[in-house]
Amino acid sequence: MAGTDNTLRNVAIGDTVKVVKLTGDGAIKRRIMDMGLTRGTDVTVRKVAPLGDPIEVTVRGFELSLRKDEAEHVLVA
Amino acid sequence: MGINIALVGNPNCGKTTLFNDLTGANQYTGNWPGVTVEKKTGKYRREKDVLLTDLPGVYSLSPYTPEEVVTRDFLLSDEPDVVVNIVDATNLERNLYLTTQVLNLGLPTVVALNMMDLIEKNGDTIDTEKLSRELGCPIVEISALKGKNTAEVIETAKASAKQGVEAASKLRFSDDVESALNKVIDILGDAVAPRERRWFAIKCLEGEPLTIDRLDLKATQLSQIDAIRASVEEAEDDDIESVLTNERYDAITDVCDACIKKSAKGLTTTQKIDRVVTNRVLGIPIFIVVMFVVYYFAVSLGGGIVTDWANDGISGDGWLYTGTEQYEEAVGAWEDEMALAEESGASEAELELLAEEEPDPASGEYGLWIPGLSPVVTEAMESVDAAPWLISLVVDGIIAGVGAVIGFIPQLIILFLFLGFLEGCGYMARVAFIMDRIFRRFGLSGKSFIPMLIASGCGVPAVMATKTIENEKDRRMTIMTTTMIPCGAKLPIIALVFGALSGTFFEDTWWVAPMFYFLGLAAIVVSCIMLRKLKTFAGEAAPFIMELPAYHLPTVKNVLLSMWERVKAYIVKAGTIIFLSSIVIWFLLNFGVYEGAFGLLDPEIEDYYQYSIMAGLGSVLCWIFAPLGFGNWEATVTSITGLVAKENVVATVGIITSLGEVGEDDPTIWLSFAEMMGGTSVAIMAFCAFNLLCAPCFAAIGAIRNQMRSAKWTWAAIGYMCVFGWVVGLEIYQLGGLATGEVAFNFWTVIAIILLALMLFQLFRPMPKYNKEANERAQEIINAEGAKA
Repeated sequence: MAGTDNTLRNVAIGDTVKVVKLTGDGAIKRRIMDMGLTRGTDVTVRKVAPLGDPIEVTVRGFELSLRKDEAEHVLVA
Repeated sequence: MGINIALVGNPNCGKTTLFNDLTGANQYTGNWPGVTVEKKTGKYRREKDVLLTDLPGVYSLSPYTPEEVVTRDFLLSDEPDVVVNIVDATNLERNLYLTTQVLNLGLPTVVALNMMDLIEKNGDTIDTEKLSRELGCPIVEISALKGKNTAEVIETAKASAKQGVEAASKLRFSDDVESALNKVIDILGDAVAPRERRWFAIKCLEGEPLTIDRLDLKATQLSQIDAIRASVEEAEDDDIESVLTNERYDAITDVCDACIKKSAKGLTTTQKIDRVVTNRVLGIPIFIVVMFVVYYFAVSLGGGIVTDWANDGISGDGWLYTGTEQYEEAVGAWEDEMALAEESGASEAELELLAEEEPDPASGEYGLWIPGLSPVVTEAMESVDAAPWLISLVVDGIIAGVGAVIGFIPQLIILFLFLGFLEGCGYMARVAFIMDRIFRRFGLSGKSFIPMLIASGCGVPAVMATKTIENEKDRRMTIMTTTMIPCGAKLPIIALVFGALSGTFFEDTWWVAPMFYFLGLAAIVVSCIMLRKLKTFAGEAAPFIMELPAYHLPTVKNVLLSMWERVKAYIVKAGTIIFLSSIVIWFLLNFGVYEGAFGLLDPEIEDYYQYSIMAGLGSVLCWIFAPLGFGNWEATVTSITGLVAKENVVATVGIITSLGEVGEDDPTIWLSFAEMMGGTSVAIMAFCAFNLLCAPCFAAIGAIRNQMRSAKWTWAAIGYMCVFGWVVGLEIYQLGGLATGEVAFNFWTVIAIILLALMLFQLFRPMPKYNKEANERAQEIINAEGAKA
């Protein structure tokens, strides 16, 4: 489903993927988890902002925006 | 019995709406996460001994953001009698994540399931009885917006508080984690109260420093807990925070699957709207159109007709309410007559006679004329034989000063109505989404854009709008730089400089106004990059993991409330400061030593301002501006009055150059101004740059004090702006002057070059690694202590 490099950053728009694991540590990782991006969750990439960053995803039924650098912490399959 | 109720919930879940409904308070809410930053307390409308505390919205009780710390500290230390957890039913999974943590606190808890009307509308169903059994606490279905069932929340909360039974959630972690928790509970023993055991066990297992420091555990206990944590991490092949968070969400997913029946549907309305509004191609054009509409109405309508009315009709001479057309026709006819007479070479006496025939709008011939406050007050005070100085104080000092502030109010009302609507419907979060890319380049996030946009109108609401920036560093940096954008009151200064330059130095001056806007933008970018590398602001960029809330039409009441809260803050804070400073400035300008005697200066004396205290003050301080090319008392005084309100700058130039009330577009003031600036173009530009970039007006300084909530930070902000403005002025005068040949090489040229080099160094050097150094130092200390032991 996902590209060769399996982080949320590289998922094509419109694709739905499953979260495998979060990398990194500290506040950013905790924040991503707190927002519901946890292991096994379905995430749909909705769009990229007009200037190319951040991206918008749908997770657990709500819309979330995060930067590509932050999306890189989310390993997906 | 008086009871304390704490309101807890996710950002944007309707907490403040419920709080307002229950307390009758008028806190303003926005469809934009993070509107409530500090906690607020209020009394229940129907029973005054029921105290409600509205805590900041949080997604979790992990203490990573200021809001989380405030909320957690209140729940743990203040021990409310009962917690009301507001849960957005349309976003159940993420909201329940916070609930699972609240339930661990060991406090009586009631869940208020909000937005149930939307659930019904969507055709979804929630089995609340089942959910209540799983969570182990009562659930009340409410609609905070419509005020439905809200009283029942209080009744249920009161009952729970009276029984004092803590929530008994059935949600459990996996067996491995549960057994680990039990071991930790045994280790903690009597260190914590029985009902708080689960909370503290979880936090200790997570290894959260804040909790562990608080418990003051023995080294053996800590190492035992560390061992348990390590074994769980090894078994699950993940770090402990991830394990616990994953399991919490897994448990919630199971509960939700059992309790919710969703009607199958395609895209939600919000997703459909966003397909257009944040579209890759259309997103930016739509954003520009929205901003243009807001500005068109606020600046042309509010700033034009309505502000003119406020300026002339209230604090000015008066306003012609009807018959404006006839009056204008009469004026046109009179002007033609004057021109004709002048051309035909009429004598001065004839011309004077004709000039007296200028149509008077107050004559009653044209329509309804209501005189402004100034003539009415002057007349009233003269009729009771008030002293001339008192009349001057009230009319020239207070009414003129405060009137300038009042003149802005119509514009602000319109601006804030629009912004309130955009915030209420959820568009502002999208603006942050669209603009983030640009702002992160210099260390801010998309959320800083809104204040800067507002600053082009007025700095006071701009500074107040920084409230929604969650990250404290970002917020402070935005406050410190946002007023560098030329606001409405700075435009006359630019116009004055524009005129002075075109009249004397350059043929083409079209570039002057854009240049100073560009200067403002560049100053923000440069300041942010430089500040970001200071130790106080250094560190990882704040994450931009932000919820894009579902669109909904804001209520009229809420839009009006948001507008009123901001306008009121402007009137109260700005009004009091402007009021006092108007009196002080008036005093400084009208009192002084003339012919050896101190007292009120007679305006009949020629150039009486040069005898005033203000002139003395200007002479004492003017050395500061000498290196910038305008080191005379006149220019210094002009800058000082600009601190009170930037509108004063042009007025003061008029007064000091004895031209009286002339506008910034009058050629005579251009020449006098150029002369006052010592006659060099670079000094004029340095003066303009300093006045645009230095500390904003008193009103904005008041707003900065209000938002910084710290005297130290307020002074830091003002100090930075003044120094930065001064340095930029110095560069322009010394280096610019050197280039144009207007200023010779001197001592200050060297200083200017050194300062420029320092700025460039700070701009281009890589980000210093403060954290790493601090960590290394801490590690060294630990090692040294270990060696000693």
